[in-house]
Amino acid sequence: MRRQLEGSQAVAQAVARCRPQVVSAYPISPQTHIVEGLSDLVRTGELHPCEYLMVESEFGALSAAIGASAAGARTYTATASQGLLYMAEALYNASGLGLPIVMTVANRAIGAPINIWNDHSDVMSQRDCGWIQLFAESNQEAVDLHLQAFALAEELSLPVMVNMDGFVLTHAVEPVDVPSQVEADAFLPAFEPRQVLDPDDPVTIGAMVGPEAFTEVKVLMHAKQMQALDMVPRIAGEFEERFGRGSGGLVRTYPYPLDPAETVVVALGSVLGTIDEVVDELRAEGVDVASLGIRCFRPYPLEEIRGALCHAKRVVVVERAFAVGIGGIVGQNVRLALAGLPVPVYDVVAGLGGRAVTRRSLRTLLADVVAERIEPHRLTFLDLNHELLDRELRRMGERRKSGPHAENILRDLGVVAAGSH
Amino acid sequence: MPEERIKLYQLGTFAVGNRLLDPDERTVQSRSERSNTLTSGHRACQGCGEALGARYVLDAAMRATEGRLIAANATGCLEVFSTPYPESSWQLPWLHSLFGNAPAVASGIAAALKAQGRSDIRVVAQGGDGGTLDIGFACLSGMFERNDDVLYVCYDNEAYMNTGVQRSSATPPAARTANTKPVGDEPGNVFGQGKNAPLIAMAHGIPYVATATVANLHDLEHKVERAMELHGARYIHVLVPCPLGWGSASKETIRLARLAHETGLFPVIEAEHGEVVAVTKIRRPVPVEEYLRPQKRFAHLFGDPPRTDVVARVQAVADRNIRRFGLLEVD
Amino acid sequence: MFQVRIHGRGGQGVVTAAELLSVAAFLEGREAQAFPTFGSERTGAPVVAFCRMDDKPIRVREPIAEPDAVIVLDPTLVHQVDLFSGLDESGYLLVNTSRALAELGLDEYVKRFQPGRCATVPATEIARERLGRPLPNAALLGAFAALTHEISLDSVAAAIRERFAGVTGEQNIAAAEDAHAFLVGPTAEASRA
Repeated sequence: MRRQLEGSQAVAQAVARCRPQVVSAYPISPQTHIVEGLSDLVRTGELHPCEYLMVESEFGALSAAIGASAAGARTYTATASQGLLYMAEALYNASGLGLPIVMTVANRAIGAPINIWNDHSDVMSQRDCGWIQLFAESNQEAVDLHLQAFALAEELSLPVMVNMDGFVLTHAVEPVDVPSQVEADAFLPAFEPRQVLDPDDPVTIGAMVGPEAFTEVKVLMHAKQMQALDMVPRIAGEFEERFGRGSGGLVRTYPYPLDPAETVVVALGSVLGTIDEVVDELRAEGVDVASLGIRCFRPYPLEEIRGALCHAKRVVVVERAFAVGIGGIVGQNVRLALAGLPVPVYDVVAGLGGRAVTRRSLRTLLADVVAERIEPHRLTFLDLNHELLDRELRRMGERRKSGPHAENILRDLGVVAAGSH
Repeated sequence: MPEERIKLYQLGTFAVGNRLLDPDERTVQSRSERSNTLTSGHRACQGCGEALGARYVLDAAMRATEGRLIAANATGCLEVFSTPYPESSWQLPWLHSLFGNAPAVASGIAAALKAQGRSDIRVVAQGGDGGTLDIGFACLSGMFERNDDVLYVCYDNEAYMNTGVQRSSATPPAARTANTKPVGDEPGNVFGQGKNAPLIAMAHGIPYVATATVANLHDLEHKVERAMELHGARYIHVLVPCPLGWGSASKETIRLARLAHETGLFPVIEAEHGEVVAVTKIRRPVPVEEYLRPQKRFAHLFGDPPRTDVVARVQAVADRNIRRFGLLEVD
Repeated sequence: MFQVRIHGRGGQGVVTAAELLSVAAFLEGREAQAFPTFGSERTGAPVVAFCRMDDKPIRVREPIAEPDAVIVLDPTLVHQVDLFSGLDESGYLLVNTSRALAELGLDEYVKRFQPGRCATVPATEIARERLGRPLPNAALLGAFAALTHEISLDSVAAAIRERFAGVTGEQNIAAAEDAHAFLVGPTAEASRA
């Protein structure tokens, strides 16, 4: 039923429809409303049978999920930012053990400096941990992806991260159609584990593996992720058949189907909505531009991305994280997909720490790109306040004890952090 | 002829024989049908106290649960020597995840079983002193405060043995480890640090806390059985001498465990909901020196010149334990 | 698309106001999006929330820089925060206050607006009367309906009822109705600029 719902509440309901048997919860902004919503559903008995564990940390949350999943329960948890880092060891453990845990990551910046607002630095820091990583553009897609995620995880015996932009999606109230219990049950059958702790059939899980076999075990993980490249579209297709919505999949283009456009903007997550608005505006003005959204970042749909971009004259990657000391992350990945082709890729980093990505800035950016006022293959930061930056660099040059960067810059800006946008 | 009551003490290992006891009072270890949960072929050192302890505990737990048991294990000696790829010594469903998360993993398993309506299956978590008291401490405390239905067993050999004998918060004062060498002002591990795990467990008010050693098999098995009668968070702390780390002869493991108890350095107690309900009395207290001398990790106390001052401080620790827990037998 | 920006302080129901507005629009069959600017939970700090309403799906997600209407829940924010940024003469301004705009130093400012598009309403007083608490958000939504005609009072009431059950819901609806009447009732002229 279509209702006006807060994203977090919608996700909580969607997860409940998937009948998780164990939910572990540790609060961190901006995921709190999801785990609170699930707590209510368990307490009222709407989600039953389900054990809701209020754990002592994110590390505890994923660890409990590991135990529960290994014991054959469908398992869920949610986190963001610092919490994702705190469970980093467990992330690798879960994927290495092949446990089909589903986790929502309410994407948020990573400190220092501490910042509770949206960007992709959290998930990007863990892009190699062996989890499948899906990105939602809207709250509807976030809902849909959770159902698909459980199906995907259990089919492959791999954990799946569903990424939704913190605050921007989690705290946005918009129309969402949450599948009914009947519909969800029809789509997602009961969990049949590949491995399970069972006294009637004891197994040892988590043994040490030495040089003689470690490579093979790791390559197997890679092979399973590669299988996901087939599985993700297949499950998305099944979902579309049942629910009539094209959520998920590997990539999507706008407009669809894609006419080879001169300029293609590539991005992940909710910023694609704003980008599509700009694409429409520019196309109405005669500018040949389109957008490509990457919905499944890991495994990386290299062929699909290459196919969508190979005819472009230029590709502009707009990403909400970057690799300090080297450059864009999605940008590097896109360049990999275009290896051997003469398509220039522009690395644009935008929206760090919750800075808004506006239509105005995107329009200016694209105009600059088309007019070649920006160079490709060089890191560009959208809406960078050069004056602030230069002042701090000057301060650092002037004296050794120049003080904490964050405090200096904030003082220059005249802001005491209080929710300014 | 007048009757004279004499006390009969059975010394030495109790694992074999028991012919003086009624059959149903004999230990699990003496029975041929014991599950042998940690079966032979593992790669533990000769005389490993932990291998002994784990076998004793799990066989007793398996008997108490009729084999309906799942184990979560922290990284450490036990995990490493019991699962040398591609073999496993474990005869029960067993999960090793990480170093610091065994209590949380066990909580997750227990939650899964409950949600699936399979709470007849019980959960045991195990780890060494490092994995339990240091890196796993937050998870342990969380499991305690939630009163999750898990028996956690800590095998305490008083250092990070698997990585080469480094100091943990369970390392006793004056002990030598790789990073508390007998150099400098305070030879060995310093006094005034460390955690008292059983007291911390008791402070959480959980249903059952007990300490035990591998020297008293009846006592240890009884405590495991008692724990498995109960539900909620339970904790058993087992002293397991490590010949390699302690620098003791492999044949001395059980004797040293007994001396630890008889000196008062390792109080053997039971507690329920934060209150001590039973203590194993010391029949004849033994001076700590008798316990310390056979261990090379304390060799620096008996060199030239001997550190009688440090030994006296260790004795004071023992005496305090005896007073605090009322460990002396009163005839 | 109609874009509303709501200013207030933490604890005054700014975020809820935006949400309820979006629900009201949804109940009328429109597409709507509401979201706050975010901070850690803190009472008293300035809060801004946004609501977009349209007849087609809303894709854009940036904060509202050019609102069609601004609602101010807390008049102490005037001159402290740039409340009116991006609001042009064709827009609407609704301020929660029992004082006249001149007393707030806004009489010159509001001259640029088309007649009948700026209004004050004593929402806090209405709320105190109806709810027993100084929570002005529901009242302001009723006033918003009267001022802009973007949504109906009935939809506001339905949205409130959906969110707040029982007595609380009815009290809030009464407050919304009072504020609505304040702007369209017999004494309405005096409150409008």
